Amino acid sequence: MRKKKTIAMILAGGQGTRLGALTKNIAKPAVPFGGKYRIIDFPLSNCSNSGIDTVGILTQYKPFFLHSYVGIGSPWDLDRKDGGVFILPPYTHDAGGEWYKGTADAIYQNIEFIDQHDPVWIVILSGDHIYKMDYSRMLEYHEAKAADATLAVIEVPWEDTRRFGIMNTDADDRIIEFEEKPAKAKSNLASMGVYIFRWQYLKYYLVRDAQVADSAHDFGRNIIPGMIDSGQSVYAYRFKDYWRDVGTVESLWEANMDLLSDRPQLDLHDPDWRIYSVNPVRPPHYAGPNSRINQSMVSEGCQIFGQVKRCVIFPNVMIGEGAQVTDSVLMPGVTVAPHAVISRAIIGPDAVVQENARIGGDGSIALVVQDSKPARKGVKP
Amino acid sequence: MKDLLGLINLYEDESAMGPLAGHRPLAAMPYAGRYRLIDFTLSNLVNADVRTVGVLVRDKYRSLIDHLRSGKEWDLARKRDGLYILPPAHSPAAGNGGDIGNLYFNLDYIYASSEDFVVLCGSQTVCNLPLDQAFHYHLSVGADVTVIGRDCPDDWQGPCLTMDEDGQVAALCRPEEPSPYDIQPMGFYIMSKSLMAELVRRCAAEGGHDLFVDGVIKNLASLKVCVFRHTGYVARIDSIAAYFQHQLELLHPSVWQELFFRYGIVYTKVKDEAPAKYKEQAVVKNSLVANGCIIEGTVENCILSRSVVIEKDAVVRNSIISQNVRIGSQARLSHVLCDKDSAVSAGRCLTGALHNPFIVRKGAVV
Repeated sequence: MRKKKTIAMILAGGQGTRLGALTKNIAKPAVPFGGKYRIIDFPLSNCSNSGIDTVGILTQYKPFFLHSYVGIGSPWDLDRKDGGVFILPPYTHDAGGEWYKGTADAIYQNIEFIDQHDPVWIVILSGDHIYKMDYSRMLEYHEAKAADATLAVIEVPWEDTRRFGIMNTDADDRIIEFEEKPAKAKSNLASMGVYIFRWQYLKYYLVRDAQVADSAHDFGRNIIPGMIDSGQSVYAYRFKDYWRDVGTVESLWEANMDLLSDRPQLDLHDPDWRIYSVNPVRPPHYAGPNSRINQSMVSEGCQIFGQVKRCVIFPNVMIGEGAQVTDSVLMPGVTVAPHAVISRAIIGPDAVVQENARIGGDGSIALVVQDSKPARKGVKP
Repeated sequence: MKDLLGLINLYEDESAMGPLAGHRPLAAMPYAGRYRLIDFTLSNLVNADVRTVGVLVRDKYRSLIDHLRSGKEWDLARKRDGLYILPPAHSPAAGNGGDIGNLYFNLDYIYASSEDFVVLCGSQTVCNLPLDQAFHYHLSVGADVTVIGRDCPDDWQGPCLTMDEDGQVAALCRPEEPSPYDIQPMGFYIMSKSLMAELVRRCAAEGGHDLFVDGVIKNLASLKVCVFRHTGYVARIDSIAAYFQHQLELLHPSVWQELFFRYGIVYTKVKDEAPAKYKEQAVVKNSLVANGCIIEGTVENCILSRSVVIEKDAVVRNSIISQNVRIGSQARLSHVLCDKDSAVSAGRCLTGALHNPFIVRKGAVV
């Protein structure tokens, strides 16, 4: 067997409580984004495009959709004879078995899986973030610095530093301190939740952390501060491109709207770094004779008869005559009946907006979700 | 439909398609923004649960094989059965000869498949067809051959099937007195595999070229040939004008709905394009737009395939723009057919007509 030098592990077990009803039945990485994708398409496509062909996906919260979505990984070209994609939910063994108690514990419980592949390096990723990143370049940096661990960081606005894990670095970008959500930050370099470790080092720290009863078993709070405190060489890798944590309804909406600018920072049309996804089999969308569509993204299978301005429209959406939809995200299968007016809203999968309804408009982003799965409806004008 | 083998016969008349079929078979011609003609036939087969499909290729089939690959998109990449490409023993001169040579060459193989019946299809007819119903009909009436056809359209100049009083096919001809019972064959017909083998061997021995004409029609006296009438939407792609006009028919939502959804969906190769992007200046009316497009100009009554770019102030009307085409700013297009990878430079003005669209050839820059 060819030896795997690098494998990736994607943490995809989170609920994403602040996304409210959107994650009632699916985990956060399965939330729709960008007109046809699911959030997990981004780390998966990044792995595939970076040449990483062995990926473990750690699931826990409401995993059914995610499991069937990922399948054997073919959409991301990760159906491989040697390697490929592996779904890793919690499991039981002769000494019992437990839920994943934290991000580090999730990896700890899968040490056996990782050891089977015997990698030199391990890339730990979060299934919650929107960005395009070449992990192979970060790995080159990691090797050049002869680092034990490398963390990808991005500059965030100073006022947002209290929402992130913040790194304090020396002149060489070696991390001297890691502060999780500091009240008064000394730097604005936030951790992106992308870590590279020499596997044998990480394994040592994971095993050690697992013995600590009061540990949260978390990378940001326990493992990485522990490495820094023991004097391991931990480096920051500065990432300058687009990166968003879409943890709230507002930030999910905002990141979707970011795609609509004239030259978006996150270019989804780049043929050299495609974001792969499970493609629905649908014909090109139809823009009706009286439709008016501007500054928007529209996906296949839609029929649009009304007005659409600054919207992200997922597949199989039907917008009736005279409807007006602005500054909104319409997820797959949404029906907007004629003359409904929607603004500043996220409409969840398969929801139906009734004729003449008024949704959103002022203040915070309105979120409309379908309570239960409706009967499959015909797409009619 | 475990008992029905699909054979897609690409021995079709491409002569009227001009430069559009210069480098590809009819079956690989782009259609409806993201498909190729063969997708409709393949989807009709798999939607009727046909599990083995052989494609009888003739010539210039590289683009077709690139499109089909393993057959995975149609769920035909199987350990047993699935998709097979059946090439001829020798590449014939273009447009020469019929399907008999290929069928005869591949007969052993076709005969070894587990199915007892075979449906022969082409790629010229675009429709959403209930093939399973046609097969049930074939079995229930005890026909030797069942031809799928439709009522002859008024403007049809080609040969029709005329029927006898028992509802069986009497002849294939251009009737002097058109009758409302005449049937236009759609290029799909069903028979048992053993009958097909017999007819192929007989044609090969007697110098016949075409299984339908020389095998079925010449033996009408001894065969029970019935017709399964399809009443739904049919587009027959037998000229550039037909290719152009039939695609524009998809701008009627009822036609869009029927062709893409009626008896099952239409599968095709996935390209992982981002959703289409409409910029601030975009004006798009009555058009079909595929993923990957970026639109900044005006588009009316058009079909835009994947990854088409319409630059600012360009005006494109009544046109079909194939994959990866860029229309420059302030260009004006009306009744234009742009083939793949072509480009129209800024400020150019191209005008065709509904019956005679202006053609921009594959890869050309005008």
